Amino acid sequence: MPEMISKDNNDGFLIDAVKLTKKFGDITALDEVSFFLNKREVFGFLGPNGAGKTTTINILTGLSRADSGRISVAGLDCTKNPKAAQHLIGIVPDESNLYPELTGFDNLCFCASLYGIRKEERKKRAAELLDLFGLKQAGGRKFAGYSKGMKRKLTIAAGIIHHPQILFLDEPTTGIDVASARQIRQLISELPEKGTTIFLTTHYIEEAERLCDRIAFIVNGKIVRTDTVENLLQPVKGKQIMLLSVQGAAGKASAVLADAFPDFNFQYVSTDQIRIEAGTDIHLAPFVRLLDEHGIELNEAKRQVPTLEDIFVNVTGIEAKILRKESDKKRGQA
Amino acid sequence: MKKKWIAFWNILLKDMRSYYLKPPNISWGIIFPIAWIGMFFIKTGRGVEDVFDLLPGVISISVLFGTTSMLAVTVTFEKKARSFERLLLAPVSLNFLMFAKTTGAIFFGAVNAAIPVIFSLFLVDLSNVSWGIIVPAVVLIAIASAFLGLFVAVTVSEVFEAQTFSNFLRFPMVFLCGLFFPIASLPFFLRPLSYVFPLTYGVDILRGAVSGKNIMPLGLDFLIIICFCLILFYASIKNINKKWIT
Ligand SMILES: Nc1ncnc2c1ncn2[C@@H]1O[C@H](COP(=O)(O)OP(=O)(O)OP(=O)(O)O)[C@@H](O)[C@H]1O
Ligand SMILES: [Mg+2]
Repeated sequence: MPEMISKDNNDGFLIDAVKLTKKFGDITALDEVSFFLNKREVFGFLGPNGAGKTTTINILTGLSRADSGRISVAGLDCTKNPKAAQHLIGIVPDESNLYPELTGFDNLCFCASLYGIRKEERKKRAAELLDLFGLKQAGGRKFAGYSKGMKRKLTIAAGIIHHPQILFLDEPTTGIDVASARQIRQLISELPEKGTTIFLTTHYIEEAERLCDRIAFIVNGKIVRTDTVENLLQPVKGKQIMLLSVQGAAGKASAVLADAFPDFNFQYVSTDQIRIEAGTDIHLAPFVRLLDEHGIELNEAKRQVPTLEDIFVNVTGIEAKILRKESDKKRGQA
Repeated sequence: MKKKWIAFWNILLKDMRSYYLKPPNISWGIIFPIAWIGMFFIKTGRGVEDVFDLLPGVISISVLFGTTSMLAVTVTFEKKARSFERLLLAPVSLNFLMFAKTTGAIFFGAVNAAIPVIFSLFLVDLSNVSWGIIVPAVVLIAIASAFLGLFVAVTVSEVFEAQTFSNFLRFPMVFLCGLFFPIASLPFFLRPLSYVFPLTYGVDILRGAVSGKNIMPLGLDFLIIICFCLILFYASIKNINKKWIT
């Protein structure tokens, strides 16, 4: 499908990546990946493990070189000189990589100093950020003793201490508990108002949907679709979904229902469950009656709002469960 | 321009606090030269007049071991722990960054050199020594050693590999560079090897400054050791570019 969205040139686009290709031996980590970021938007890379998300960030930030392709960041050509735009960017890597022997406060001050921020300003910013991230109490403790969630928060604070124009967030909420993840998402969602443009990678579909203005689905080093969340959701807009539980009789039930309601789309999910999709309101009463006539007992009916998950499954052909399982696994390890 | 010096100073300061000023390093810097001096006196059974012969070697060895071992930590270890990525992402050039990372080691090496000198002050009269030559020579030896350490640190990926690799270079240097035995006393087939190590030239300068017994013109010594510094530094930068920015 051709890209329907044009570059928002009035505001100027901040990142323009054209046909980035990167191989590691036989593995093609990125295969002609192209995308752009407008100013102040949150752009997300959504994809499973090994899709090429981190590789893309590494190339954009100057930690890695593409085999081919072009990159410009804020109008600076970073293809030949990967360091050209480093003063404009902040990075939150997928693993917290601050200094274990330094305190939270000293870590922040040190990171700020790398960007040439003066002492008084550094201290002020560090204190502000510790406060903002709820780490005021822990500021004087060594980073090594922080919990996983605290480490993550401090790493994000370190990424924005120099007020970067562009922030790269590599899976900001992987491996931390729900409450902390929510807090982090809230903090991230407030950044664009302050003028920050965000490039975010994740394998949480809900996170992408909640935070991003536009999303690229990336699978096996290829972008399969890029669009605004709104546009992505367009095909399922106004759609109704209902799940019916019929103990052991899903096959028979879906045949019966499909005959009687040709406008609806019935899917066999499992021997116990049918999924109904329709463009109009779905009323339950006629189904109950019809199933009853055929001696099928309806145990449960659930309405569902179609989400990005349905789109993702549709576009990539990847079961959403795979994504979630992977993230659960990562959580489990954490 | 000012900004990058803020980064420079803070990288240096952090390394100082985290590594160089730690008690084990400080005591090492004191014990190491004393051990060498003591060992030679016991071995040769001679008097304090030999301090003049020993001093250049002990200064060099203190600087060499002090600097090279530090880079394995400040560079290889931080690379392994991934905090080095923060530095690679900082808006300063790679050259400047490595300059900042090695300055601490250079400084540490130079301070290490002062310890045997101070120690000798109590034993002999050093008033005839040309300090105007010793000081730049010590700094150059420290720079060459730090860059040698840097080269090792960026060639390997594990800290223990860095230690092994530097020992592989350091111990032969103790014997081949004329620190304690004149190069002329080496078997003839080993002699050419002496001249591939920068330390040979550094020791020669120190020997000239302490007792006037240098074997080459000092100007040439200085020139060669500066060349070594440049080659080692650029080889290291090239290695980082090739291996770490993949
Ligand atoms: N340094 C490397 N050497 C060899 N292969 C690499 C290297 N870095 C990445 N790859 C490979 O490139 C592919 C993309 O990796 P990448 O880390 O970008 O994935 P990702 O989308 O970030 O995955 P995850 O969700 O697990 O973080 C993978 O197949 C990976 O094995
Ligand atoms: Mg990744």
